[in-house]
Amino acid sequence: MISFMQRFLNKLLRDLFSKKKNYKIGLYGPPNGGKTTLANKICEDWLGESMGSVSSTAHETREIQIKEQISIKSKGRELMFNLVDTPGIATKIDYEDFIKTGMKEKDAKKRAKEATKGVIDAIKWLDNMDLVIVVLDSTMDPFSQVNITIVGNLQARDIPVLLVANKIDLKKSNIGRIEAAFPQYQVVGISAKYGKNTDELYEALFKLTS
Amino acid sequence: MLTLQFVPYNEIENISSANRVKKLLKIVKENKIVLLEGRLKKQEEAELIKSTMEQIDESFKGIELGVLHQDRKDMPFFNKLKKNLVQLLLGDRQGLTIIGPATIVKEIKQDPDKIQLFTESGLPLKKKK
Repeated sequence: MISFMQRFLNKLLRDLFSKKKNYKIGLYGPPNGGKTTLANKICEDWLGESMGSVSSTAHETREIQIKEQISIKSKGRELMFNLVDTPGIATKIDYEDFIKTGMKEKDAKKRAKEATKGVIDAIKWLDNMDLVIVVLDSTMDPFSQVNITIVGNLQARDIPVLLVANKIDLKKSNIGRIEAAFPQYQVVGISAKYGKNTDELYEALFKLTS
Repeated sequence: MLTLQFVPYNEIENISSANRVKKLLKIVKENKIVLLEGRLKKQEEAELIKSTMEQIDESFKGIELGVLHQDRKDMPFFNKLKKNLVQLLLGDRQGLTIIGPATIVKEIKQDPDKIQLFTESGLPLKKKK
Protein backbone atom coordinates (compact mmCIF):
# COMPACT_ATOMS: atom_id res chain seq x y z
CA MET A 1 0.00 0.00 0.00
CA ILE A 2 2.83 2.37 0.98
CA SER A 3 4.63 1.47 -2.25
CA PHE A 4 1.46 2.18 -4.24
CA MET A 5 1.04 5.57 -2.54
CA GLN A 6 4.70 6.39 -3.19
CA ARG A 7 4.31 5.55 -6.89
CA PHE A 8 1.12 7.60 -7.09
CA LEU A 9 2.86 10.60 -5.52
CA ASN A 10 5.85 10.19 -7.85
CA LYS A 11 3.50 10.10 -10.83
CA LEU A 12 1.70 13.18 -9.59
CA LEU A 13 4.97 15.03 -9.15
CA ARG A 14 6.15 13.88 -12.57
CA ASP A 15 2.97 15.18 -14.18
CA LEU A 16 3.71 18.51 -12.56
CA PHE A 17 7.31 18.29 -13.78
CA SER A 18 6.13 17.59 -17.31
CA LYS A 19 4.67 21.07 -17.37
CA LYS A 20 7.92 22.67 -16.29
CA LYS A 21 10.57 23.61 -18.78
CA ASN A 22 13.78 22.59 -17.06
CA TYR A 23 14.41 18.88 -16.44
CA LYS A 24 16.99 17.26 -14.23
CA ILE A 25 18.59 14.46 -16.23
CA GLY A 26 20.92 12.08 -14.42
CA LEU A 27 23.66 9.89 -15.83
CA TYR A 28 23.84 6.64 -13.86
CA GLY A 29 25.59 3.33 -14.26
CA PRO A 30 28.47 1.17 -13.09
CA PRO A 31 32.03 2.57 -13.05
CA ASN A 32 33.84 2.93 -16.38
CA GLY A 33 30.68 2.76 -18.49
CA GLY A 34 31.44 6.16 -20.00
CA LYS A 35 29.08 8.46 -18.08
CA THR A 36 31.47 11.39 -17.93
CA THR A 37 32.57 10.85 -21.55
CA LEU A 38 28.90 11.13 -22.52
CA ALA A 39 28.40 14.14 -20.22
CA ASN A 40 31.38 15.81 -21.91
CA LYS A 41 29.99 15.02 -25.37
CA ILE A 42 26.56 16.49 -24.52
CA CYS A 43 28.14 19.60 -22.96
CA GLU A 44 30.56 20.06 -25.87
CA ASP A 45 27.71 19.70 -28.38
CA TRP A 46 25.39 22.20 -26.71
CA LEU A 47 27.49 24.38 -24.39
CA GLY A 48 30.85 24.31 -26.13
CA GLU A 49 32.68 23.15 -22.99
CA SER A 50 33.38 19.84 -21.25
CA MET A 51 32.15 18.67 -17.84
CA GLY A 52 34.73 16.50 -16.10
CA SER A 53 37.92 14.50 -16.46
CA VAL A 54 37.87 10.92 -17.75
CA SER A 55 40.25 8.06 -17.05
CA SER A 56 40.58 4.34 -17.68
CA THR A 57 41.01 3.87 -13.91
CA ALA A 58 37.65 3.23 -12.27
CA HIS A 59 36.00 5.83 -10.01
CA GLU A 60 37.49 8.86 -11.73
CA THR A 61 34.22 10.70 -11.01
CA ARG A 62 33.78 10.67 -7.24
CA GLU A 63 31.50 13.65 -6.79
CA ILE A 64 28.17 14.64 -8.26
CA GLN A 65 28.77 17.13 -11.08
CA ILE A 66 26.08 19.37 -12.51
CA LYS A 67 25.91 21.46 -15.68
CA GLU A 68 22.96 23.78 -15.71
CA GLN A 69 20.80 25.20 -18.45
CA ILE A 70 21.71 22.90 -21.31
CA SER A 71 19.48 23.53 -24.29
CA ILE A 72 19.10 20.96 -27.06
CA LYS A 73 17.42 22.13 -30.25
CA SER A 74 16.17 19.97 -33.07
CA LYS A 75 13.41 20.24 -35.70
CA GLY A 76 11.97 23.37 -34.11
CA ARG A 77 11.85 21.77 -30.64
CA GLU A 78 13.86 22.75 -27.58
CA LEU A 79 14.71 20.73 -24.50
CA MET A 80 16.14 22.55 -21.48
CA PHE A 81 17.74 20.54 -18.71
CA ASN A 82 20.35 20.36 -15.98
CA LEU A 83 22.70 17.43 -16.52
CA VAL A 84 23.81 15.52 -13.42
CA ASP A 85 26.85 13.27 -13.82
CA THR A 86 27.07 10.77 -10.96
CA PRO A 87 29.87 8.53 -9.64
CA GLY A 88 29.70 4.91 -10.82
CA ILE A 89 27.68 2.63 -8.55
CA ALA A 90 29.57 -0.40 -7.26
CA THR A 91 29.11 -2.95 -4.49
CA LYS A 92 32.81 -3.17 -3.66
CA ILE A 93 35.76 -0.81 -3.62
CA ASP A 94 39.25 -2.05 -2.83
CA TYR A 95 42.07 0.49 -2.53
CA GLU A 96 44.51 -2.25 -3.57
CA ASP A 97 42.95 -2.23 -7.05
CA PHE A 98 44.08 1.40 -7.40
CA ILE A 99 47.59 0.50 -6.22
CA LYS A 100 47.72 -2.05 -9.05
CA THR A 101 47.25 0.83 -11.52
CA GLY A 102 50.43 2.46 -10.18
CA MET A 103 48.92 4.71 -7.54
CA LYS A 104 50.69 5.32 -4.20
CA GLU A 105 49.06 3.64 -1.17
CA LYS A 106 48.06 6.93 0.45
CA ASP A 107 46.45 8.21 -2.77
CA ALA A 108 44.77 4.85 -3.37
CA LYS A 109 43.20 4.87 0.09
CA LYS A 110 42.04 8.44 -0.40
CA ARG A 111 40.53 7.59 -3.79
CA ALA A 112 38.74 4.55 -2.30
CA LYS A 113 37.33 6.64 0.54
CA GLU A 114 36.07 9.30 -1.89
CA ALA A 115 34.66 6.62 -4.19
CA THR A 116 32.57 5.06 -1.40
CA LYS A 117 31.16 8.48 -0.56
CA GLY A 118 30.47 9.02 -4.26
CA VAL A 119 28.39 5.83 -4.48
CA ILE A 120 26.36 6.88 -1.42
CA ASP A 121 25.72 10.34 -2.93
CA ALA A 122 24.72 8.85 -6.29
CA ILE A 123 22.10 6.64 -4.59
CA LYS A 124 20.83 9.57 -2.48
CA TRP A 125 20.40 11.68 -5.62
CA LEU A 126 18.16 9.13 -7.34
CA ASP A 127 15.04 10.75 -5.91
CA ASN A 128 15.94 14.14 -7.41
CA MET A 129 15.90 13.02 -11.03
CA ASP A 130 13.18 13.65 -13.62
CA LEU A 131 14.77 11.29 -16.13
CA VAL A 132 17.79 9.01 -16.00
CA ILE A 133 20.15 7.87 -18.73
CA VAL A 134 21.68 4.57 -17.62
CA VAL A 135 25.05 4.28 -19.34
CA LEU A 136 26.25 0.70 -19.83
CA ASP A 137 29.44 -0.55 -21.43
CA SER A 138 28.14 -2.62 -24.36
CA THR A 139 31.27 -4.80 -24.33
CA MET A 140 30.45 -6.05 -20.81
CA ASP A 141 27.90 -8.52 -19.46
CA PRO A 142 24.74 -6.47 -18.69
CA PHE A 143 23.33 -9.07 -16.25
CA SER A 144 25.09 -7.60 -13.23
CA GLN A 145 23.10 -7.01 -10.07
CA VAL A 146 24.28 -3.38 -9.94
CA ASN A 147 22.65 -2.71 -13.33
CA ILE A 148 19.50 -4.56 -12.30
CA THR A 149 19.36 -2.68 -8.98
CA ILE A 150 19.79 0.73 -10.65
CA VAL A 151 17.10 0.06 -13.26
CA GLY A 152 14.81 -1.56 -10.67
CA ASN A 153 15.11 1.43 -8.34
CA LEU A 154 14.26 3.85 -11.15
CA GLN A 155 11.28 1.71 -12.06
CA ALA A 156 10.13 1.60 -8.42
CA ARG A 157 10.38 5.41 -8.27
CA ASP A 158 8.54 5.78 -11.59
CA ILE A 159 11.43 7.70 -13.14
CA PRO A 160 11.65 7.45 -16.95
CA VAL A 161 14.73 5.53 -18.09
CA LEU A 162 16.77 5.60 -21.26
CA LEU A 163 19.36 2.85 -21.61
CA VAL A 164 22.52 3.76 -23.48
CA ALA A 165 24.75 1.00 -24.83
CA ASN A 166 28.05 2.85 -24.96
CA LYS A 167 31.34 1.94 -26.69
CA ILE A 168 29.72 0.60 -29.88
CA ASP A 169 32.96 1.51 -31.67
CA LEU A 170 34.62 -1.48 -29.98
CA LYS A 171 34.67 -4.92 -31.62
CA LYS A 172 33.28 -6.74 -28.57
CA SER A 173 30.25 -4.42 -28.36
CA ASN A 174 26.92 -6.25 -28.23
CA ILE A 175 23.77 -4.09 -27.99
CA GLY A 176 21.55 -7.17 -28.33
CA ARG A 177 22.66 -8.48 -24.93
CA ILE A 178 21.53 -5.25 -23.24
CA GLU A 179 18.22 -5.32 -25.13
CA ALA A 180 17.69 -8.92 -24.00
CA ALA A 181 18.52 -8.07 -20.38
CA PHE A 182 16.15 -5.09 -20.23
CA PRO A 183 13.44 -5.80 -22.83
CA GLN A 184 11.03 -3.24 -21.38
CA TYR A 185 13.34 -0.28 -22.16
CA GLN A 186 14.51 1.50 -25.27
CA VAL A 187 18.23 0.97 -25.84
CA VAL A 188 20.28 3.45 -27.87
CA GLY A 189 23.72 2.33 -29.01
CA ILE A 190 26.32 5.10 -29.09
CA SER A 191 30.00 5.83 -28.93
CA ALA A 192 30.31 8.79 -26.55
CA LYS A 193 34.04 8.96 -27.26
CA TYR A 194 33.62 9.42 -31.02
CA GLY A 195 30.16 11.03 -30.96
CA LYS A 196 28.65 8.17 -32.96
CA ASN A 197 24.84 7.99 -33.00
CA THR A 198 24.36 10.77 -30.45
CA ASP A 199 21.61 12.26 -32.66
CA GLU A 200 19.52 9.18 -31.90
CA LEU A 201 20.16 9.73 -28.20
CA TYR A 202 18.96 13.34 -28.40
CA GLU A 203 15.88 12.22 -30.33
CA ALA A 204 15.12 9.64 -27.62
CA LEU A 205 15.40 12.38 -24.96
CA PHE A 206 12.86 14.51 -26.85
CA LYS A 207 10.50 11.52 -27.01
CA LEU A 208 10.83 10.71 -23.31
CA THR A 209 10.18 14.28 -22.21
CA SER A 210 7.36 15.04 -24.62
CA MET B 1 36.69 -23.01 4.55
CA LEU B 2 33.66 -21.50 2.86
CA THR B 3 30.52 -20.99 4.97
CA LEU B 4 27.10 -20.62 3.36
CA GLN B 5 24.40 -19.37 5.71
CA PHE B 6 20.77 -19.88 4.74
CA VAL B 7 18.40 -17.13 5.86
CA PRO B 8 14.74 -18.17 5.55
CA TYR B 9 12.31 -15.44 4.55
CA ASN B 10 10.43 -15.67 7.85
CA GLU B 11 13.58 -14.46 9.65
CA ILE B 12 13.37 -11.09 7.89
CA GLU B 13 9.64 -10.98 7.26
CA ASN B 14 8.65 -8.90 10.26
CA ILE B 15 11.64 -6.60 10.60
CA SER B 16 12.12 -3.14 9.09
CA SER B 17 14.08 -2.57 5.87
CA ALA B 18 16.94 -0.97 7.80
CA ASN B 19 17.17 -3.96 10.14
CA ARG B 20 17.02 -6.43 7.23
CA VAL B 21 20.02 -4.75 5.63
CA LYS B 22 21.82 -4.58 8.98
CA LYS B 23 21.19 -8.29 9.68
CA LEU B 24 22.39 -9.45 6.24
CA LEU B 25 25.49 -7.25 6.30
CA LYS B 26 26.38 -8.50 9.78
CA ILE B 27 26.46 -12.10 8.47
CA VAL B 28 28.49 -11.11 5.40
CA LYS B 29 31.01 -9.28 7.59
CA GLU B 30 31.54 -12.57 9.44
CA ASN B 31 32.95 -13.82 6.11
CA LYS B 32 29.92 -15.96 5.35
CA ILE B 33 27.95 -16.17 2.11
CA VAL B 34 24.28 -15.42 2.67
CA LEU B 35 21.65 -17.47 0.83
CA LEU B 36 18.44 -15.55 1.41
CA GLU B 37 15.11 -17.15 0.57
CA GLY B 38 13.31 -14.69 -1.70
CA ARG B 39 14.58 -11.24 -2.49
CA LEU B 40 14.85 -7.79 -1.04
CA LYS B 41 12.79 -4.86 -2.30
CA LYS B 42 14.59 -2.74 -4.90
CA GLN B 43 14.94 0.13 -2.40
CA GLU B 44 16.42 -2.32 0.11
CA GLU B 45 18.99 -3.45 -2.46
CA ALA B 46 20.01 0.20 -2.94
CA GLU B 47 20.10 0.61 0.85
CA LEU B 48 22.29 -2.51 1.10
CA ILE B 49 24.78 -0.98 -1.36
CA LYS B 50 24.70 2.33 0.53
CA SER B 51 25.29 0.66 3.91
CA THR B 52 28.06 -1.46 2.41
CA MET B 53 29.83 1.67 1.19
CA GLU B 54 29.52 3.25 4.64
CA GLN B 55 31.23 0.25 6.22
CA ILE B 56 34.09 -0.28 3.78
CA ASP B 57 37.49 -0.17 5.41
CA GLU B 58 40.84 -1.92 5.04
CA SER B 59 39.44 -5.34 6.01
CA PHE B 60 35.91 -5.12 4.56
CA LYS B 61 36.09 -4.41 0.82
CA GLY B 62 32.40 -4.67 0.01
CA ILE B 63 30.01 -7.31 -1.26
CA GLU B 64 29.04 -9.30 -4.31
CA LEU B 65 25.32 -9.57 -4.87
CA GLY B 66 23.21 -11.80 -7.08
CA VAL B 67 19.49 -12.50 -7.32
CA LEU B 68 17.83 -15.47 -9.00
CA HIS B 69 14.22 -14.68 -9.71
CA GLN B 70 11.63 -15.88 -12.15
CA ASP B 71 10.29 -12.68 -13.66
CA ARG B 72 9.10 -13.91 -17.02
CA LYS B 73 7.40 -11.31 -19.19
CA ASP B 74 5.71 -14.05 -21.22
CA MET B 75 4.01 -15.60 -18.15
CA PRO B 76 0.27 -16.20 -18.75
CA PHE B 77 -2.01 -13.60 -17.16
CA PHE B 78 -3.58 -16.03 -14.67
CA ASN B 79 -0.18 -17.27 -13.45
CA LYS B 80 1.00 -13.68 -13.07
CA LEU B 81 -2.10 -12.83 -11.03
CA LYS B 82 -1.59 -15.93 -8.86
CA LYS B 83 2.07 -15.03 -8.32
CA ASN B 84 1.19 -11.44 -7.36
CA LEU B 85 -1.48 -12.62 -4.94
CA VAL B 86 0.91 -15.04 -3.23
CA GLN B 87 3.50 -12.25 -3.07
CA LEU B 88 0.97 -9.88 -1.51
CA LEU B 89 -0.07 -12.41 1.13
CA LEU B 90 3.21 -14.09 1.95
CA GLY B 91 5.88 -11.59 0.87
CA ASP B 92 8.47 -11.95 -1.90
CA ARG B 93 9.64 -15.48 -1.05
CA GLN B 94 10.28 -16.48 -4.61
CA GLY B 95 13.81 -16.66 -5.89
CA LEU B 96 17.10 -16.63 -4.08
CA THR B 97 19.43 -13.80 -3.09
CA ILE B 98 23.13 -14.43 -2.69
CA ILE B 99 25.32 -11.94 -0.86
CA GLY B 100 28.98 -12.65 -0.27
CA PRO B 101 31.95 -10.69 1.03
CA ALA B 102 34.07 -9.33 -1.85
CA THR B 103 37.19 -10.78 -0.22
CA ILE B 104 35.77 -14.30 -0.75
CA VAL B 105 33.42 -13.95 -3.71
CA LYS B 106 35.32 -12.48 -6.62
CA GLU B 107 32.40 -12.27 -9.00
CA ILE B 108 28.78 -13.35 -9.38
CA LYS B 109 27.71 -13.97 -12.96
CA GLN B 110 24.04 -14.31 -13.59
CA ASP B 111 21.49 -14.63 -16.32
CA PRO B 112 17.78 -15.31 -15.86
CA ASP B 113 18.26 -19.07 -15.33
CA LYS B 114 21.67 -19.58 -13.81
CA ILE B 115 24.02 -18.00 -11.30
CA GLN B 116 27.78 -18.57 -11.00
CA LEU B 117 29.89 -17.62 -8.01
CA PHE B 118 33.57 -17.17 -8.65
CA THR B 119 35.45 -17.48 -5.41
CA GLU B 120 38.94 -16.19 -4.75
CA SER B 121 40.35 -19.68 -5.34
CA GLY B 122 39.01 -19.43 -8.87
CA LEU B 123 36.58 -22.36 -8.67
CA PRO B 124 33.03 -21.43 -9.65
CA LEU B 125 30.10 -22.60 -7.53
CA LYS B 126 27.07 -23.15 -9.75
CA LYS B 127 23.40 -22.81 -8.82
CA LYS B 128 20.69 -23.65 -11.29
CA LYS B 129 16.94 -23.02 -11.12
